[in-house]
Amino acid sequence: MKALTKKNLLILGAILLTFTVVQGLISVGIINKFYEITIAMICINIILAVSLNLVTGFTGQFSLGHAGFMSIGAYFGAVINLQMESTGGFLLGIFAGALAATLVGILIGIPTLRLKGDYLAIATLGMAEIIRVVFLNLDITNGAAGLSGIPRYTNWLWLCFFTVATVLLINNFIKSSYGRACISIREDEIAAESMGINTTKYKVMAFAIGAFFAGIAGALHSSYFYFIRPDIFGFLKSIDILIIVVLGGMGSITGSILAAILLAVLTTYLQAFTAVRMIIYALLLVVIMIFRPQGIMGTKEISDLFKSKKKDERIG
Amino acid sequence: MPLLSVDKLTKSFGGLTAVSNVTMNIEKGELVGIIGPNGAGKTTLFNLFTGVYTPTSGSIKLDSDGEVKELGGLKPYNVTKAGLARTFQNIRLFKDLTVLDNVRIAMHQNIQYKLPSAFFRFNKFYNEEESLREEAIKLLDIFHLSHKKNELAKNLPYGEQRHLEIARALATKPAILLLDEPAAGMNPNETANLTETIEWIRQEFKLTILLIEHDMSLVMKICERIYVLDYGMMIASGKPAEIRANKKVIEAYLGEDVSNA
Repeated sequence: MKALTKKNLLILGAILLTFTVVQGLISVGIINKFYEITIAMICINIILAVSLNLVTGFTGQFSLGHAGFMSIGAYFGAVINLQMESTGGFLLGIFAGALAATLVGILIGIPTLRLKGDYLAIATLGMAEIIRVVFLNLDITNGAAGLSGIPRYTNWLWLCFFTVATVLLINNFIKSSYGRACISIREDEIAAESMGINTTKYKVMAFAIGAFFAGIAGALHSSYFYFIRPDIFGFLKSIDILIIVVLGGMGSITGSILAAILLAVLTTYLQAFTAVRMIIYALLLVVIMIFRPQGIMGTKEISDLFKSKKKDERIG
Repeated sequence: MPLLSVDKLTKSFGGLTAVSNVTMNIEKGELVGIIGPNGAGKTTLFNLFTGVYTPTSGSIKLDSDGEVKELGGLKPYNVTKAGLARTFQNIRLFKDLTVLDNVRIAMHQNIQYKLPSAFFRFNKFYNEEESLREEAIKLLDIFHLSHKKNELAKNLPYGEQRHLEIARALATKPAILLLDEPAAGMNPNETANLTETIEWIRQEFKLTILLIEHDMSLVMKICERIYVLDYGMMIASGKPAEIRANKKVIEAYLGEDVSNA
């Protein structure tokens, strides 16, 4: 088993330790309901940001429609979960939502990903709006009033499981030949094509994978917060996710994770200053962007910081 | 049948005919040069061969092991798959990626493992990535770049960037290598060095090479045959000595009056 390296075992140990400690703190009540919400927000935002980073940071396709895919997952999860109130229904809802989001991602990706830069941004923005309006007008989604009373199956166990799975799978993808093909599109599309890379195929692939995980995040969201309505997944939500990606560093997975945690903690503590909360939040973003425009991590990962330069970069 | 046969190839952009009625045949194993004054249509010709442009009319046929393929109108990545690889006049490396990754990306089209292996890292993934890596380093060794494999491409000196671009093109395992002004911006020393390298890789990889070049010392020294373009038209073709003595070629480069004087 080549996967059982010292580094991977270390990561596994750290994940298990984090899970156990947080689970312990929740059961003894040190982490109360209020902070539990922060933790749920962090996990869902990590999934959203890492998956958007694959599209925007690594493949270089500027998307403003990530919340659209999230809403597909959220509604599929909610509708299925309301019909089948069991853990099985919850998991089925997650996977149905993720697959539906992937399918929509592929369908929308094929025509729009021919566009570049700002044109693509506008097209994806429009796509997310269309998805929102569809949910606003369907009977099964209960229109503008939204769905309520969604049973809560999302707990720390599932949040932790899906967050870790998302980060690991996307990380594995990026560090494979397929991931390098995606990164080459970001670097130079013409050169990538003349090196034998079908750029449209890999853009759509990145877009579809991003949509899959956004769908998972959406289903986790609806099952945690009991209640969803279309305007939760509007333009502002897409921007929120993009902010995490840009702040963490386009092309850095660990950067997205750090930024998701930082922003969630910040939002939680700023709730004490209701009136000026958004001003402080916005000011902080401006200041960080002025002093570190490449984001917290740039395109580096945390593991790069510990690596000595002379050491050979191995796979993984 | 020649390896590459180009028949009456024409490309117009609106009213401008950049390449007009060009016919050429490249035999397997040849090293052929394309020369011509600035704006003669040399790079446009390369762009037609490699699928960047679609021909207005005419055909480009590649004979790959007895199977004849029409390249005109194919997408660039399909042309590369068919066996044509190129370098660019203005270097187009993946600047912010490492030297090793530049080469590994070019090897992607031959990757065997599927997406699930990439996501879940089955043993297939590790085995193939390992052999891919070894192959890439072997290729870099040829260009004396393997000790710089973890450097970013943009940090290499100019001459090495040119070499890396050739290495990257070779990584796609081409039958024909198209070099667009490989010696541009090099000093005489570097050019001599490059001349040797081109001859060497041709032997080593049993390649057919087509190159555009302004540096006559390089063209005259290594090309077996030369095609001359002027205003999109082929004005001469033949051995270097013939080209050097060709009246039309001298006119194209120096102007009519000179040859009359």
